[in-house]
Amino acid sequence: MSDTAQTGSAAANAERLKTTIRALGMLPVLILLAIGFELMTGKFLSVNNISIVTQQASINIVLAAGMTFVILTGGIDLSVGSILAASAMAAVSLSLVPGWGMIGIPAGLAVGLAFGLANGALIAFLGLPPFIVTLGALTAVRGVARLMGDDTTVFNADLPFDFIGNGTLLGVPWLAIVALLTVFISWLILRRTVLGTWIYATGGNHEAARLAGIKVGLVLLFAYGMSGLLAGLGGVMSAARLYAANGLQLGQAYELDAIAAVILGGTSFVGGVGSIWGTLIGALIIAVLSNGLILTGVSDIWQFIIKGLVIIAAVTLDRYRLKGGART
Amino acid sequence: MTPLLEMRDISKTFGPVKALSGVSLTAYPGEVHALMGENGAGKSTLMKVLSGAYVADAGGEILVDGQPIPTGDPKLARALGIAVIYQELALSPNLSVAENVFLGREPSRAGFVSRSSMAARTQPVLDRLGIDFTPATRVGSLSLGERQLVEIARAVASDARIIVMDEPTTSLSSRETDRLFSVIEGLTAQGIAIIYISHRMDEIYRLADRCSVLRDGAYVGTLDKAELSAQKLVSMMVGRDLSTFYTKDHVAHDDARHVVLRVEGMSDGRLVRNCSFDVHEGEVLGLSGLVGSGRTELARLIYGADPATAGSVTLNGREVTPRSPREALRHGIVYLTEDRKALGLFLDMTIAQNISTCVHERDAHRGGFLNFRAQADRAAKAIRALGIKTPSARLNTGALSGGNQQKVLLARLLEAQPAVVILDEPTRGVDVGAKSEIYRLIDRLAREGMAVVMISSELPEIIGVADRVLVMRDGEIAGEVRAAPGKPVKQEEIMTLSTGAAA
Repeated sequence: MSDTAQTGSAAANAERLKTTIRALGMLPVLILLAIGFELMTGKFLSVNNISIVTQQASINIVLAAGMTFVILTGGIDLSVGSILAASAMAAVSLSLVPGWGMIGIPAGLAVGLAFGLANGALIAFLGLPPFIVTLGALTAVRGVARLMGDDTTVFNADLPFDFIGNGTLLGVPWLAIVALLTVFISWLILRRTVLGTWIYATGGNHEAARLAGIKVGLVLLFAYGMSGLLAGLGGVMSAARLYAANGLQLGQAYELDAIAAVILGGTSFVGGVGSIWGTLIGALIIAVLSNGLILTGVSDIWQFIIKGLVIIAAVTLDRYRLKGGART
Repeated sequence: MTPLLEMRDISKTFGPVKALSGVSLTAYPGEVHALMGENGAGKSTLMKVLSGAYVADAGGEILVDGQPIPTGDPKLARALGIAVIYQELALSPNLSVAENVFLGREPSRAGFVSRSSMAARTQPVLDRLGIDFTPATRVGSLSLGERQLVEIARAVASDARIIVMDEPTTSLSSRETDRLFSVIEGLTAQGIAIIYISHRMDEIYRLADRCSVLRDGAYVGTLDKAELSAQKLVSMMVGRDLSTFYTKDHVAHDDARHVVLRVEGMSDGRLVRNCSFDVHEGEVLGLSGLVGSGRTELARLIYGADPATAGSVTLNGREVTPRSPREALRHGIVYLTEDRKALGLFLDMTIAQNISTCVHERDAHRGGFLNFRAQADRAAKAIRALGIKTPSARLNTGALSGGNQQKVLLARLLEAQPAVVILDEPTRGVDVGAKSEIYRLIDRLAREGMAVVMISSELPEIIGVADRVLVMRDGEIAGEVRAAPGKPVKQEEIMTLSTGAAA
């Protein structure tokens, strides 16, 4: 009798441990990577370097936040890199308007939102598959971005909103502030609003959501609109950082880093399960890897290979970790 | 005669839960041994131990041909001729019959699959089972019943001597069921032992040589063919008297009462044709008919889940005809789906979130912010009122048993404060205890004046709960059966209407 009681409490303990580990997610991986790089280089954890890492991570964090909304609904948005380029083009071009340079910010955001809503409308109301729609947008919007500057690079050395890309507030880079604000607002929407619940419900079970009276179309439109808007914000951020935008090169393959961050963060690819904090950690892991590998002097080519392998290994670990708690 | 299979004193614990305790089961060559028990009684766990999917707790043993074998080794179990056919068939619809029969052990030469030899070796198996489709047929083009036969062919082709069938007739028509039974008879004639899991008494009578009953993970007993009776089996399964099983305390149906829901000329151009009926305040209307007769489709039209080509829905004298579930909900019509996992619940969300799904908007603070207090209050109230067994409202719904999941879904509908409740197979996949509670709940809804429509395939249930029964056949309402004082509805009347036997 005491024997079964013992196994009972042991099982309960194991269950508790599992829950804790699950809540922590990839945080231990991030910490281990940071400690590892610090031991190898001795300068990874300096204030200066951490500031650099967060700046490098910030644009991807913003894109990945938008991607989290989309992937939570069970979709995918491949077009964010191209939308970022188009938005940056709009932001820099309009920043040249004499006296009205700040208009570049809303212009960049509006361009991103418009493309996102277009994606969302095609997916929500015509029922087209997200992969195909955003794959098309990936190419088409890239073309639009090139068109916007006649396929040249546009500059503005006196960019009125350059503080976003290069300034600091109380010693914290504006880029990092914008990224963290984005994460916080995303969390607020996902976990504190009715709309957030609907997003999880739609991703968890699309048809059940419809039968429960949830406006599934609206949810999808919102998710892709949000992804577009945040890609637009990413465009403004990178324009502010570079004082320039180039429709051809800017944002190439950014969608892949954003998707990798979301997946590293433990969000389920089929939708309905995941958290924005996981995404934040995922994006930081990617940034820490890039920065750390540079500091340790690994060649550019090997950086690619190692980054790819770490992503696969991390997700493998994640699957293994979750398996114990999976439903039967 | 030595038994082909002997399972002795099998126990299985999962953490603190004891799923099986000391269960024994024997099977002789050429016998059909039925296994009965409510959902959660341990049938599936026992079969998973047999197939090697689970390791049994120490102390129990499995003997094949009198030789003890280790548990938890699926490969060994298969090699010894143990095959399990699950309810959800494991076939690839895009492949041919022969490819499915040899799935995972394709005959090959130098690494190349030999299609011709596969087909040549499948044909005799099909002949042996008396199956008339060819090895080259694509499985996707077969009916569910025929797919079942492909599964059996797969088992036979791998020289199975013990075949476990888990509720094989659930989705079969009666003709397909007959065919399955003659195949089973052929198999037993060849000395194969069948372990047959089913809830249907008539099948047990017809097929079983012996029938064993499990309850709460424990072995209750085994009856020989001669001793079989429904009364005995049910009392063994339930372990208590069934006289208080159904509850009907609400005032019986009365045509003079106010009509809440009027459905007129409902059609969808495919499976539902010109269906009209009324539901009165405070009555439970049963909707019966064979699987595929259009009951679910009709309910979904009324709920606005599918587009209707013709027809109207009138609620309390006002035409509403919902064009979406959202509209239906707004008017106070709710629908409980027959498939709570695929179409109802969000299994990765908490119980509280699932209960409040339809009222999050109504409860929300300004700006669309969730009202967590209202959500927690509703959940606490519903858990108490419906007797949902859970340690916390913040548990994921997927962690609950079938009966408790169903109660969560019912709670969600009731939170919408409906005038009309349409319940599609409300007790499917629910254990006997929860069933009885759901019946009591339905009765309470009627007493509170709601109009309840209940779709059910189980005749005793529909007779026990409903005041009158509409019977559907081929998409049309074939007729109505009413209870009169002192004369309850008879199963035969419903069956006659649903099969069209009277015509």
